[in-house]
Amino acid sequence: MTVVIGFEGSANKIGIGIIRDGEVLSNPRRTYITPPGQGFMPSDTARHHRAVILTVLKEALEQAGLKPADIDCVAYTKGPGMGAPLVTVALVARTVSQLWGKPLLGVNHCIGHIEMGRLITKANNPTVLYVSGGNTQVIAYSERRYRIFGETIDIAVGNCLDRFARVIKISNDPSPGYNIEQMAKKGSQYVELPYTVKGMDVSFSGILSYIEEAAHKMLSSGQCTAEDLCFSLQETVFSMLVEITERAMAHCGSQEVLIVGGVGCNLRLQEMMGVMCKERGAKLFATDERFCIDNGAMIAQAGWEMFRSGQVTELEDSWITQRYRTDEVQVTWRD
Amino acid sequence: MAQEKNMAVPQLLSNVELVKQGAEARVYRTEFLGKPTIVKERFPKRYRHPVLDQKLTHRRTVQEVRSILRCRRAGISAPVVYFVDYMSHCIFLEEVVGSLTVCDHIASTQQSESCQDQELEWLAQRVGQILAKMHDEDVIHGDLTTSNMLLRRGPEDPESNLVLIDFGLSYISALPEDKGVDLYVLEKAFLSTHPNTEALFEKLLKSYTASSKKSSAVIKKLDEVRLRGRKRSMVG
Ligand SMILES: Nc1ncnc2c1ncn2[C@@H]1O[C@H](COP(=O)(O)OP(=O)(O)O)[C@@H](O)[C@H]1O
Ligand SMILES: [Mg+2]
Repeated sequence: MTVVIGFEGSANKIGIGIIRDGEVLSNPRRTYITPPGQGFMPSDTARHHRAVILTVLKEALEQAGLKPADIDCVAYTKGPGMGAPLVTVALVARTVSQLWGKPLLGVNHCIGHIEMGRLITKANNPTVLYVSGGNTQVIAYSERRYRIFGETIDIAVGNCLDRFARVIKISNDPSPGYNIEQMAKKGSQYVELPYTVKGMDVSFSGILSYIEEAAHKMLSSGQCTAEDLCFSLQETVFSMLVEITERAMAHCGSQEVLIVGGVGCNLRLQEMMGVMCKERGAKLFATDERFCIDNGAMIAQAGWEMFRSGQVTELEDSWITQRYRTDEVQVTWRD
Repeated sequence: MAQEKNMAVPQLLSNVELVKQGAEARVYRTEFLGKPTIVKERFPKRYRHPVLDQKLTHRRTVQEVRSILRCRRAGISAPVVYFVDYMSHCIFLEEVVGSLTVCDHIASTQQSESCQDQELEWLAQRVGQILAKMHDEDVIHGDLTTSNMLLRRGPEDPESNLVLIDFGLSYISALPEDKGVDLYVLEKAFLSTHPNTEALFEKLLKSYTASSKKSSAVIKKLDEVRLRGRKRSMVG
């Protein structure tokens, strides 16, 4: 049996999870929530993580009913993400690894999402749509790499949603995306917005600047409601995401889709993807917010796979990096 | 009645052979006026809002036909358009008989042992040339992948052996930025689909550069777009 503890804190969530051979033993998490209209800044986010990380660690061990001696490997997020929070969490991971005398493992955050999705849904070899605040990628596996077939040319879809939420002052609690999703359910009027798909790539900066410019005018003139805007924005950006996923599936001859990342728990996105899959005779796999949103177990799971295939990270190599592409990682644990 | 007339094409399609479901359309094989024909049907996508669906489907059908005609007029191989039905969004195209996609061709050549390098280099050169010619006509393809290029088999004139298809996302632009992004999209699709082909893609770009009068501005933009990609923040 192999037990891996994973530390994740690359953005505004701090999570620590423990995995034992495919079983999630614990996965506590905290979120740094900012006031409406504000995004999260690196140093404030790092301060938040520092303040709670030891409490979360204690919870993770207690809920799993394990002692440090039961752990075989300490995995942490090496990147990509925000510098200051990454450094904070890596420092704690390094410390406990030395205190407990257990090997360290630096994990690519995106690979964590993919491996967690595969574990939970049992999807075998899916086309992966990875959608979060910082990333928008369509990924498929071949020859020991998760290869990026499509991605955003500019900003991530989650970033587009979050910044829209700031423009019309939607609450960040529990997350801007969740609140947009709830408001969208009450919207009915479809407002046409720019739609930009380039092959398997997408662009969201045009739609964001359009809506930043037009939102207040449309709202104050009574042309549409805030709910209508949420609805229209979701319908438009999710259609783009489903479209590039379908393009990648056709190109790769794939019949499975897995959605991962924080935006992936949006039920409307899942519903739209499900309709597309049905039209192609394909199968959709998705998870709920426990595993879609950044968490510690996903880092533990990717770490588990890496550790079992013989990888460890030496102390002097245990740095972090803000940019770390999914396709840089040699996937040593799959054929 | 208009309703009945609209049904003519869909009814026809219920009796013909479905070849495959592509990236956005269903592709059927049939005969039209005695010629082997591919029917590309952009069926309604139920996952998206009907207003958006109608707008995209119509725009893409129009653009596809327009760009194919523009390319053919300039001597760039693309299938002949036989007939278009804008009600059901069906395009009747010349079937490139016995063809295979460049994607499948590269994959099978990479699998086989013999003389693959020369064979693929020739192909990369041809792709570079045809794209240069297309961009010189200010046609931006919008969906350049190796699935959207066909190879006509047979000992014909090598010039006409490579055929460009799938112009649904195409548009007309003279801007080097748009051409650079077109190549960037191809580069990423190419390298992710065909592992270890960096050198081959370099050949393709070299041939593009040599074949187009306006290539230097385009390649400069391509470099810029690549750099933007590498510098993009990945927070969250
Ligand atoms: N004119 C043609 N002749 C032969 N095969 C074709 C032709 N047009 C399309 N195909 C086949 O159908 C597939 C999908 O067509 P395409 O135009 O790319 O549609 P989509 O937009 O759905 O990808 C192509 O990859 C090719 O295999
Ligand atoms: Mg195609």
